[in-house]
Amino acid sequence: MITLDFIINAISLGSLYALISLGLVIIYGILKMVNFAYGELIMIGGYFLYIVGLNTQIPWFFVAVAAILAAMLVSFTTELVAFRQVREKSLTALLITSFAVSTLLQNAALLIISPRAKAVPLPAIFSTSVSLLGANIPMRNVLTIVTTIILLIGLSLLLKHTLLGIALRAAADNFKMTRMLGVPANLVISIAFILSGAIAGVVSLFWVGRTASVTPSIGQAPLLIAFIATVVGGINSLEGAVVGGFVYGLLFSFIGVLLPQSMLDYREAFMFLIVILILLWRPQGLIKGRFAQERVG
Amino acid sequence: MKKNNFLAGISTYSTIIILSVLMLIIATLTDLFGGSLLVRIVTALFVNLIVVMGMQVFMGNSGILAWAHVGFMGIGAYVSSICSMSPEIKEMAVPQIYPFLLNIQFSFIPSLLVGTLVAIVIAAIISYPLMRLSDTTAAISSFALLIIINSILVHWDRVTNGPRTLFGVEEFTTIWTAVAGAILILVFAYLFKESSLGLRLRASRDDFYAASAMGINITRVRYFSFIVGAGIAGFGGGLFAHYITSFTPTAFYLAETFNILAMLVVGGTMSVSGAVVGTFLVTATKEGIRAVENFINLNNLLSFDVVGLTEVLLATALIVVLIFRPQGILGGRELRFSKKTTGKNRLLNSSESSLEE
Repeated sequence: MITLDFIINAISLGSLYALISLGLVIIYGILKMVNFAYGELIMIGGYFLYIVGLNTQIPWFFVAVAAILAAMLVSFTTELVAFRQVREKSLTALLITSFAVSTLLQNAALLIISPRAKAVPLPAIFSTSVSLLGANIPMRNVLTIVTTIILLIGLSLLLKHTLLGIALRAAADNFKMTRMLGVPANLVISIAFILSGAIAGVVSLFWVGRTASVTPSIGQAPLLIAFIATVVGGINSLEGAVVGGFVYGLLFSFIGVLLPQSMLDYREAFMFLIVILILLWRPQGLIKGRFAQERVG
Repeated sequence: MKKNNFLAGISTYSTIIILSVLMLIIATLTDLFGGSLLVRIVTALFVNLIVVMGMQVFMGNSGILAWAHVGFMGIGAYVSSICSMSPEIKEMAVPQIYPFLLNIQFSFIPSLLVGTLVAIVIAAIISYPLMRLSDTTAAISSFALLIIINSILVHWDRVTNGPRTLFGVEEFTTIWTAVAGAILILVFAYLFKESSLGLRLRASRDDFYAASAMGINITRVRYFSFIVGAGIAGFGGGLFAHYITSFTPTAFYLAETFNILAMLVVGGTMSVSGAVVGTFLVTATKEGIRAVENFINLNNLLSFDVVGLTEVLLATALIVVLIFRPQGILGGRELRFSKKTTGKNRLLNSSESSLEE
């Protein structure tokens, strides 16, 4: 049952989940806030693929870039308009705000576009398969893995070797101290949101690529995945998010094979049970961040 | 001295009197002068109010964000419906039902109580370890709990009819049963807040470390209040089921959670009056927008159907409230006759701005 194509598909799922959770944790690291509106950024990306792809003749690559830019812009705007205003009040207020932003964006899509699923035009590469050592592997799974690797390398170079990246990491470790050393808080937070939006945009390409359609509630599933993965991996570190995403993707694939058919419907409930158990066993997640600081507004 | 105590007593309990009289007046006026649509809206308002107060009991007093209560509302709704339906209807509504569930049938009130009890028992079994968590981990784990409950409701065909509609529940909930239930829970929630348990819980909310240094077992007080809140939500769910008469598991998921949360946050989580005022305000706003939405759709004023406008405006309003008044409109105060309160209450009121940090 465990064949090469199963393994590659599981790794592809794992790397997609790693990307999804990375986008959530970038913000969590700095603001200590789980962004419930994160899934809606993926939805925005999906709708841009639909609208731009359907109404213009430009190559798909540029359509994808437009979708990523749109997700970045929306992420930036939500921070500017909503989160920045509530940031200094309380964590509960911040979480409820992000839930409200999520509801707002989702229903705006419902209102402006349509409650029905829309078919998204995709390039042929998303539906072809390649043969590798006798296994038949969908091309988009290979693409997912390659993109994830490139993004992870790029991001770790950015975080390790640029001034911006050092400021971001410092802010995630100890925001108060970072501010005292002269790093502007608003700028760092804005950039974190833009980066999170960029990752959400990339995720939207592959997430939409799986079903070739987009609905207003398309962001819900990736949001839940990001929750599980970050909690499993350790919400205080970026490495934790990546590890958590991979672990979750692999676990999800294996549960699909190992669980008896009659229990398969409860797969999601099982996954969340695992989350609760891990939280009880290791509240910090599998990989412990170096600092678990109190929240700073 | 005795007179003073009496006056203080009146002042403390005046919240209950003010709010119940307000609810009774609204119910009477609606019943006498309102059309059938208004009666339904007001009935739904009181049912929602019960769930909002259930959330207030836990979230308001403990300061922990609670997502799961709407799930317990769902449990109460399904259990009480299964209990109150006749075997013939049950056989049609839930074709795959377990034989032992098929033949039980209680009248309305016992069904409600069974629904409440099941919600309480489930909360009691699963929630203790969750109460050790705070802040983000608490928020994520209770969110996970909501998803687990929903996932079970959606997939347990033999009890809930799966994702399909459960229909044929008898309409027992009238405006008067709803208002009676709301007043009962109001008294209960208020007394809970003022009780020793409520006091200890609020102390843990205002200063975690000081409270545990005083010897308060924070996990335990959170645990009991979570169970109480879940029970109230289950009770509200039972009333909801017998008001709406046919529903799916989606009725007890994110949209309803947003609804209930908005009502609580707009009024202010930290007082029972806040829960009541918020519920009234949000319901009024929502029904106003919905009327506009329906008017546009019915008269074909626009070339497309307007869907989701209510939620968009409500979410915007919620964000605005959170920006300008994060403790809600009442800011944790209770509606009272006299501003002069007893020493105990004055002390409490002075610390009721913890949401501001």
